Amino acid sequence: MASTDAAALRVDVAIVGAGLSGSCIARQLSAYKLDVVLLDKECDVSMGVSRANSGIVHGGFHHNLKYLKSRLEIRGNLMYDRLQRELDFPFKRCGILVAALNDEEMKYIDHLYTQGVENGAIGIEMCSRERMFELEPKLNPDCVGGLHAPGGGVLEPYRFVFSVVESAQKNGVEVVTGFEVVHAERAGERYRIHAADGRQMEARYVVNAAGLFADRVSEIFGAEEFQIIPRKGEYFLLDRATEAAPQRVLFPVPTKVSKGMLVIPTVEGTVLIGPTAQEIEDKEDLSTNTDQLNLILDQARKMVPKVSQTDVITAFSGLRPALADGDFYIDISAKAPNFIQVAGIQSPGLTAAPAIGEYVKDLVKKAGCSLVEKAEWDPYVSKLPRIRDLGPYEADNLVNANPAYGNVVCRCEEISEAEIVEAIHRGHTTLDGIKYFTRAGMGRCQGGFCSYKIIKLLIRETGISYKDIQKCGAGSELLRDAL
Amino acid sequence: MVPAASFYAMHCEGREGMKELQYDVLVIGAGAAGLAAALEVSRNNASCALVERESHLGGILIQCIHNGFGLEEYKEELTGPEFAERQIQAVRAADVDVFTDTTVTQLNAENDRKEAYCYSAVYGVLRISARAVILAMGCRERNRGNIRTPGTRPAGVYTAGLAQRLVNIEGYIPGKDVVIVGSGDIGLIMARRMTWVGAKVHAVIEIQPYPSGLTRNIVQCLNDFEIPLYLSHVVSRIEGKHRVEKVQVSPLTHGIPDDENSFEIQCDTLLLSVGLIPENELSKEAGVEINSQTNGALVDATMMTSIDGVFSCGNVLHVHDLADWVAEEARRAGAYAVGYLRNERPKRQMRIKAGANVRYINPAMFDPDNPDKLYFRSLIVKNQAKLQIKLDHKPVKELRLSHVQPSEMLHVNLKPKDVAGWNIMKDSVLEVSIE
Amino acid sequence: MSQQEPIREMICISCPLGCHLSLYKDENDELSVTGNKCKRGVVYAEEEYYAPKRVVTCTCPAESEVLPRLPVRTNTSLPKEHIDALLRAAYALTLTPPVACGQVLIEDFEGTGVNLIASMSLGAEH
Repeated sequence: MASTDAAALRVDVAIVGAGLSGSCIARQLSAYKLDVVLLDKECDVSMGVSRANSGIVHGGFHHNLKYLKSRLEIRGNLMYDRLQRELDFPFKRCGILVAALNDEEMKYIDHLYTQGVENGAIGIEMCSRERMFELEPKLNPDCVGGLHAPGGGVLEPYRFVFSVVESAQKNGVEVVTGFEVVHAERAGERYRIHAADGRQMEARYVVNAAGLFADRVSEIFGAEEFQIIPRKGEYFLLDRATEAAPQRVLFPVPTKVSKGMLVIPTVEGTVLIGPTAQEIEDKEDLSTNTDQLNLILDQARKMVPKVSQTDVITAFSGLRPALADGDFYIDISAKAPNFIQVAGIQSPGLTAAPAIGEYVKDLVKKAGCSLVEKAEWDPYVSKLPRIRDLGPYEADNLVNANPAYGNVVCRCEEISEAEIVEAIHRGHTTLDGIKYFTRAGMGRCQGGFCSYKIIKLLIRETGISYKDIQKCGAGSELLRDAL
Repeated sequence: MVPAASFYAMHCEGREGMKELQYDVLVIGAGAAGLAAALEVSRNNASCALVERESHLGGILIQCIHNGFGLEEYKEELTGPEFAERQIQAVRAADVDVFTDTTVTQLNAENDRKEAYCYSAVYGVLRISARAVILAMGCRERNRGNIRTPGTRPAGVYTAGLAQRLVNIEGYIPGKDVVIVGSGDIGLIMARRMTWVGAKVHAVIEIQPYPSGLTRNIVQCLNDFEIPLYLSHVVSRIEGKHRVEKVQVSPLTHGIPDDENSFEIQCDTLLLSVGLIPENELSKEAGVEINSQTNGALVDATMMTSIDGVFSCGNVLHVHDLADWVAEEARRAGAYAVGYLRNERPKRQMRIKAGANVRYINPAMFDPDNPDKLYFRSLIVKNQAKLQIKLDHKPVKELRLSHVQPSEMLHVNLKPKDVAGWNIMKDSVLEVSIE
Repeated sequence: MSQQEPIREMICISCPLGCHLSLYKDENDELSVTGNKCKRGVVYAEEEYYAPKRVVTCTCPAESEVLPRLPVRTNTSLPKEHIDALLRAAYALTLTPPVACGQVLIEDFEGTGVNLIASMSLGAEH
């Protein structure tokens, strides 16, 4: 990510963590006359919790309104259409189905429906067996009925974060990546914040949106003690050609620990199955495991029997940053001055993220920071053309304007050289950064054909040495030597 | 060869609307198959466009710098680039329009005139229409996701072909301590290549109880360097935070990784040589019917797919072991495509069925009035096996095969006289089996 | 002689059959071979025992933007003990286009009679 190197920045607000929450908070604050900096320890934004999750904008029926997360979910869901117009990220309200496989489960559907109605979930509908198969012919024939939430949708979480961050940057927010906060002290009315690499900065207000490490950051700033419990979710990604692709997101009836394993038609046309839910200890353990992966296939087949392991193109896992009580913890710290906690943002964190931004903006004001609107705030980001979205005539015009659009670098996802070069120019200078920004390497060959081309483009556009080409940050160098 | 740029200037430049070119035959892909097919089309005096997405011709042959090619096509032992160069020179001398750096993104094949949309930085978006299309797109490598190897997802996991490209063409060395999964020929060749660029290859791990590659490659790529080959083993876990640090290797007991007898190998690189998949996404979208055994098109005795006028050959039809056989098969596809343009079609065809111990057989039809070469793969490992061909359950041909194994493609020539004298009916079936 | 232990065991690489060969020596130092299914097995065994050779294929750096490395090979099998030196020599060469496929790049390497040749053409236009 285009990152500011300023060694001794002095700002009004520092947001620790450039994931979904942090970036939405940054964009909200970018509308005011404030110096805002968005910090992240990784090489790019959205490389923590927000990199690997289900990418679902939830339908507003899973949680009771007594929870903050439920209130923010409802509000966040409603904000997505406008955000899509402003920020040009792929998003589709494909709808959600919860499928009951027996009468016992159908009773729970009844409960979800009532809850959804109370929550004000728009268009929510109890479905007979017939209605379920009308909506989704590929469902397990054992389905006895279910719930339809047409307001649910899908997006790619990292792609959304990239757009939000771009908008925030356009409106003056500084983004500093590779900045791992290791120490902080009060310096007058400010915090002096130290990074692992020795860089420092000062801020009047600090927002802790550090995801899995929110507990650690809270401790560094002398704020509340709590514990983030990582809960791992493993996924399989299926080829876009799979016969198992449903029309809508398919949920089983939820269990006590999670919303269960889903079959998700991603907004980009592939299919995601998962996640598992396993409490672990190591916050950096993103490994996948055979037993869990077998479980995913079993469970996904219970929703859509056509799910086949031959369609699998990759497996990955993500971690949910959960708190013991299961709710979000978003509040002004009672212990550390001018410090705002945004912790425990697990599901439905993505849905809620825009509302979290709004909510935290108000907390920053409540904490004493004066918010004066900027007249020049521009909510729109420039649209990036993608050849895969265009017909041949439009694509031809684009190639006439810039020939690099005619050079298809990633054949599986149809990504052109121009799109990759644009990603590099926007600061995505690792293979993963480019992959998450453009989708190059995300398809069925998983970079087998295009990796070397992207490596060459990176060298050409940035002038860096082959030895410094990374998959994702320091230590992940791809090439050891040259002949 | 007509330089495509001048052809383009003549027909397209300055015109309004979609740029369109018309040919008798369009060949998609300019590797060993596409080059041979295009040359044959041109030899038969039909106009031909050859479209290639890379900037060079020759496809994957260019990075296969080892020897072992050409023994059948050219009667001498060549390297991949030498094999390709001979094909390329022939195509350059012929009347074929070659479009490099041009990717076909869509094929509309349902009408008499097929249309392909081609993206290129030089030409923009072109519509090439042709009466016949030959699919020669080759294959892609199976990757980590396809074999579902668990563990972390660090840098340092490469498919063998990508590593081969990086080393042989770009001159980069992806890693210094290497473990290779899969003992197919690409994996073995890369074991030697990595050793010869100064890396240490610690092991080759093969899931089958027998090696998948040629014995001569086991000897000259592994034994020469004392690289251990673990048969009936799998890499059961990849570890390493940023870069591969080690892998866990497990013996298979009844097909399941045996955790108790697992061991670790420290390495910074894992190369995967775990099979190839014909790259038929374009074909499938065009409506071509696919054989689930080969992942390639179902073709008749003339290499024609389920869509009239669309032909398939080489690794996109089924994964071959030898480029020589790819070229041979592609030549037939080229000749048949021209035959199709001239309404020369078989009078009758009978179905060919994979019988006992045969995984698949290509093509799927036989024209009893024409000799044909059938390619097939065994399901078993056996010395002194017997090949039997039956017509409607009656044996018509028998051959001895000195050695069969699933990883080695076999072939048999079938001639009209083999079935002459038998009563051939409309629904007659030839069954090929191995005992 | 059948009681005797073989002095070497090897797999013949002359063809895909891969015969497992056993090599024996009699009191006159004459080599004999068992396990071969054809005569080529004997020839292979003798050569592999007395003077093993391999064809070497690798790349040389090329002064070309299009192709940074040019594939090269030995024109015939090279005695094994010369392989490492040949690789070093090849990696140390720098080729300037044009290079023709088959062009000799190193002649009679270390007196072995084996040449290193280009296995691809690199035109002046590259």
